[in-house]
Amino acid sequence: MSGGVDSSTVAAMLRADGHNVIGLTMQLWNQSRLAGREGMPESVQGRCCSLDDVYDARRVAQQIGIPYYVVNHEERFERDVIRPFVEEYVSGRTPIPCSLCNNHLKFDQLLIVAQQIGAERVATGHYARVAFDEARGRWLLNRPADASKDQTYFLFGLTQEQLSRTIFPLGDMTKPEVRELARRHGLALAEKPDSQEICFVPGGDYKRFIDAYLAEQGEALPDTAGDLVTTTGEVLGEHTGIHNFTVGQRKGLGVATGSPLYVIQISGASKQVIVGGEEHLYSRTLRTRRVNLIAVEDLHEPMRVTVKIRHRHEPAAAVIERTGDDEILATFDEPQRAVTPGQAAVFYDGDVVVGGGWIA
Amino acid sequence: MHRIYLDNNATTPILPEVFETMRPYFSEHFGNASSIHHHGQQTRAAVEDARESVAALLGCRASEIVFTSGGTEADNLAIAGLVAAGDHIITSAIEHHAVLLACRHLEETGCEVTVLPVDGRGLVDPDDVRRALRPNTKLISVMMANNETGVLQPVEEIGRIAAEAGIGFHTDAVQAAAKIAIDVKEIGCHALSISGHKIHAPQGVGALYVRKGTRLQPLFYGGRHERSRRAGTENVPGIVGLGKAAQLAKTAFERGDDRKMAALRDRLQQGILAQVEEAAVNGDNAARVPNTTNIRFDHIDGEAMVIALDLKGLAVSTGAACSSGAIEPSHVLVAMGLRTDQARASIRFSLGKQTTAEEIDIALVLVTETVARLRELSPTYKKQAVST
Repeated sequence: MSGGVDSSTVAAMLRADGHNVIGLTMQLWNQSRLAGREGMPESVQGRCCSLDDVYDARRVAQQIGIPYYVVNHEERFERDVIRPFVEEYVSGRTPIPCSLCNNHLKFDQLLIVAQQIGAERVATGHYARVAFDEARGRWLLNRPADASKDQTYFLFGLTQEQLSRTIFPLGDMTKPEVRELARRHGLALAEKPDSQEICFVPGGDYKRFIDAYLAEQGEALPDTAGDLVTTTGEVLGEHTGIHNFTVGQRKGLGVATGSPLYVIQISGASKQVIVGGEEHLYSRTLRTRRVNLIAVEDLHEPMRVTVKIRHRHEPAAAVIERTGDDEILATFDEPQRAVTPGQAAVFYDGDVVVGGGWIA
Repeated sequence: MHRIYLDNNATTPILPEVFETMRPYFSEHFGNASSIHHHGQQTRAAVEDARESVAALLGCRASEIVFTSGGTEADNLAIAGLVAAGDHIITSAIEHHAVLLACRHLEETGCEVTVLPVDGRGLVDPDDVRRALRPNTKLISVMMANNETGVLQPVEEIGRIAAEAGIGFHTDAVQAAAKIAIDVKEIGCHALSISGHKIHAPQGVGALYVRKGTRLQPLFYGGRHERSRRAGTENVPGIVGLGKAAQLAKTAFERGDDRKMAALRDRLQQGILAQVEEAAVNGDNAARVPNTTNIRFDHIDGEAMVIALDLKGLAVSTGAACSSGAIEPSHVLVAMGLRTDQARASIRFSLGKQTTAEEIDIALVLVTETVARLRELSPTYKKQAVST
């Protein structure tokens, strides 16, 4: 229970259906830890793990009459989400902490807590569907009824074991229906706005968060300044550090040329930011590592799927094939814009999540 | 579900006799104890009776008792009230946060603070106190009994050190009161804090003993209540409850209830140690209050244990709840040298006057079952090969 409308409604629904429900909030990050540091707000409120959200979650639990506990997973979150987030960012990739959090916290630690306290399943407010497919003998992760809230992109890492013990009661509902249900259950937070940004980054400013975090840790931001070069190797100038750039970025390159320039590639090793015309942004293939397959046990032959390469991306037709022990190659029918290392590529067969991996 | 409550160091239920004594002071005896009329006289008498009962429990004069809103206020009043900017305070790493954070605040406003370590049993070494003395040392604050482990501190020896040095000595006796006999003269303290709700009186009332002749700077301004040591209209029902609980505690000592409590606690502790392998008592080998035992169950997560037991109807505690309600490892156990994972694997059981032998036996079963389940899920627990 995050203190938001989705997980609160899930708790109320399950309770009304007569389930024996236990409310849990994961305390993942102390929002006041970096408050007041340079570039960070003096106090942070109304975000994940904030006292306000815990208060809201606890009030819902009290209202619907279920036991409620806050479980502390701050150390694990810092180790498995914050640290990798910072390291990815500093090395010029664009990380997605929500997937890491799902893989390492919500569907790992939380399932362990559930087992420890004797709960059979974990229910969350994610928009996705889980179903057991008799024919394949596998648990499937499917897209939800409300395509605009689809969170399957962040859930591609779930294992069969995790899926078998997870329920997503909102999978068949749209967000307006969820709010309506929250109102019908008399939940005061039915109108609470959706959270938009990464929960631990106030205001969505990654760079300031990373500066403040590294300062707190007594670590310096590595010097990753280097050359800004064109796709043909011509040096256009210097840049202040690769973490200031993301693939596809157009603004803030600090060079003026006749035609618009985009970041095409970031090289952590040479500290080069490679820029070029929009046409260079398109790739026909991508490679994924740390692959997880859901709908199939393995990929023995090429498979026709659609591939989603970032959260707001419309999945594009492609063929995927195994090219290594832990590598899957996706070849798109049409070249895709701004394939970004560090993001996930998730493979779909219609509404079914075949699997996914991290873009290398 | 029959719920068993073994978290009496957090708070205790109000005893029925205590509640009955308080009852009229919510309604028919409603006067302000400072008023000159009949109503005020009635409540004034009740407040002074309560003061005498509390004084009798602590071995002091009634005039030396200041009623407060609880243990935290009593600790804050004692510490802030006995020092000024530039003074040096000696305290220990295992104090309640009411003492530790009050000292930290004073440190930020111009005092010097020495926080003494403890040994593996959780004991402050009086020689450390002696060595920490400075010319500007004004106050020593060391607790009488620790809330996490129940370990009794050498307060009488520390009292002698304070007397030799001619400085103030405050002891937080919140977890000692009504569990062991207290005599402020034997301790040699200038101030001693107690809390109502830890001794089966209500939440929201406490008391500070302040030795006659001790200059105490008040925390609040607003009236001459409590001999100008604590401004604010008295919490009469609470004070009446505290007085009654103090009186009951005194007669309970005379009956030997504390020995019965210790026997129940030992039954639980020995039962656990006999049935659960890789379990150990934190603060073993030190004298403890009779109601507390703190047991470390290696390879488990205390937070999950507390939740699992609560869902089965047994209330115990682990560590300290931060403002969200999430658990942080106990600073007391960490100060005793436990690793963070060991501190997180530790559970505090604290008995109350209402605890029965049947409850102890049920608790024992629930604890052994739960530890076994948690260990099965624990990545660090290797099931021992059965040796023949």
